[in-house]
Amino acid sequence: MLAYIIRRVAQSVLVLLVVGLVAFSMFRFVGDPIDNMLGQERTQADIDRLRTTLGLDQPFPVQYWRFLEGAAQGNFGVSYRQGRPVSEIIVERAPATLELALVSGVFALALGIGLGVFTAIRRDGFAANAIMSLSLIGVSLPTFLIGILLIYLFGVQLRWLPTFGRGDVVDLGWWSTGFLTASGLKSLILPAITLGLYQMTLIMRLVRSEMLEVLRQDYIRFARARGLKERAVNFRHALKNTLIPVITVMGLQIGGIIAFAIVTETVFNWPGVGLLFINAIQFVDIPVMAAYLMLISVMFVMINLIVDLLYFWVDPRLRVDRGGGH
Amino acid sequence: MTDTTRTEPVRRAAVREPGRFARFWASDFAWKFRHSPVAMVSFGVTVILVLAAVLAPLIAPYDPFNPASLNLMNGFTPPGEPNAFTGDEFWLGTDDQGRDVFSTILYGMRISLFVGFAAVMFALVVGVLLGLLAGYVGGWTETIIMRVADVQLTFPSILVAMLIFGVAKGFTPVEYRDQMAIWVLIFAIGLSDWVQFARVVRGATLVQKDREYVQAARLIGRSHWAIMLKHILPNVLSPVLVIATISLALAIIAEATLSFLGVGAPPTQPSLGTLIRIGQGFLFSGEWWILFFPALTLLALALSVNLLGDWLRDALNPRLK
Repeated sequence: MLAYIIRRVAQSVLVLLVVGLVAFSMFRFVGDPIDNMLGQERTQADIDRLRTTLGLDQPFPVQYWRFLEGAAQGNFGVSYRQGRPVSEIIVERAPATLELALVSGVFALALGIGLGVFTAIRRDGFAANAIMSLSLIGVSLPTFLIGILLIYLFGVQLRWLPTFGRGDVVDLGWWSTGFLTASGLKSLILPAITLGLYQMTLIMRLVRSEMLEVLRQDYIRFARARGLKERAVNFRHALKNTLIPVITVMGLQIGGIIAFAIVTETVFNWPGVGLLFINAIQFVDIPVMAAYLMLISVMFVMINLIVDLLYFWVDPRLRVDRGGGH
Repeated sequence: MTDTTRTEPVRRAAVREPGRFARFWASDFAWKFRHSPVAMVSFGVTVILVLAAVLAPLIAPYDPFNPASLNLMNGFTPPGEPNAFTGDEFWLGTDDQGRDVFSTILYGMRISLFVGFAAVMFALVVGVLLGLLAGYVGGWTETIIMRVADVQLTFPSILVAMLIFGVAKGFTPVEYRDQMAIWVLIFAIGLSDWVQFARVVRGATLVQKDREYVQAARLIGRSHWAIMLKHILPNVLSPVLVIATISLALAIIAEATLSFLGVGAPPTQPSLGTLIRIGQGFLFSGEWWILFFPALTLLALALSVNLLGDWLRDALNPRLK
């Protein structure tokens, strides 16, 4: 158990070091950092001074180590395009992305579990079959087309909901939230549905198949025989046992939400970190790209580490030493 | 036994040997195909779309990339109606610059399909080679290759493609960036997708490498490369075909997504995704056709290739499900 954890953590650190190397090489080898920072009027003395202050005269491993040190402290240099520290820009943009991810995650989880239970209980009903067929279409549509479809329906035709930006936000000092204003909440609806729809269908199908599996088992029949109400059987006995796979899948899907937040933010012009990253690629803004690369790798490595360790916690069978032979 | 061997030449002389096509038509595979409407329809749609893309210069009524053939007066012509100024008619309408939407779709599909095919081929070659190496050589080589594959698999492939595209674009010299965009795109999507191939080929290689024919090849002194490429490779290819078809649908969607986000095909070489990106700008002003027809084509293409891949998987190798 301990050996497994140590091996797993070591592997994560190795992955981060490799990603860091890629990010650092972009800094070092794409264009000349000196060119990017100094204007037209510069002397050789300026160049030499900057080269020393930036440490560009040091050997490669030393520079790499310094870069890692800086990255660990959240220091990624200055954006070429905006002329401000990257960390400042990311901190400013993060609330938009996190609020969007949170709302779409809650939407996916709540609706996914609800519809999954519904389609499992009424497995032959018309509504359940209609939902299942619709979910197939939902899975095969690319995210950006879903976004455009929603914009067309609710923005262009019905004119019910805003399709652009975050609406009015309230500044709480270190966090700007759209949860406190009507326009902020309305602006959240379409992007959150776009982002959460795929995860919603995934959870729904998973809950449905797990429920169908569980409902066949003996303890459910006994619960019914004991005269428990249908609702108590379905929710207290059956649903409870379907939730472990849902939790692990949801954990892994956080990655999907982060990746597709980039797409959703671009479709709805949502001022989050994903849109920042897309703009950085378009304008080859290396510091922003490198920072995003590092940030997202740390997040993914952490999520996977946590999910892997959660398996041990959730499933006691894995904790038994495999050397025992049973 | 002796009876059959004696009559064999007689029968051969009497009945003409069935041709290649007839033998294929009688096979299990063809039977399954002929009895699956989904397979036939998706195959038909795929073939029509691919042919339309390949023959675009012959079919397209206009050349959307020849400025001389464009008339700005034709801009925003709705589909099927004559233009108010020039009286020209366009089957699927025109965009803001007077380009025929039907023609731009044909040329766009060409780029989408080219990027999709090339990316899958790239992923296939990288994945199959690394999978063969991992399975055949084993040891540290295997550990490193499969560890990298595991790590990459934890990231969504569209995100990997975006990150690789960004890094590769950064490393491309500034003056070549637009020219090279298509190749960078192929590289990025291909590299985001090799893992599936490598995992399946490694698994199949592990099974094959202890078979008698491999031992025999080793015994007569064939080199390791010859054993891997000439003996093992042909025996692990059938699942590769299935994965390639499904990957093609995913690659087409990935390409469209990246181009839609403006980090893929450049405006000078618009793919279906780029066309949708352009069309989105006219959604609010009512010119729905500039967006609608490219989106519909993309959906038809991705869906039919996807269904075909699913069917192939079930027909050839149900274990992959």
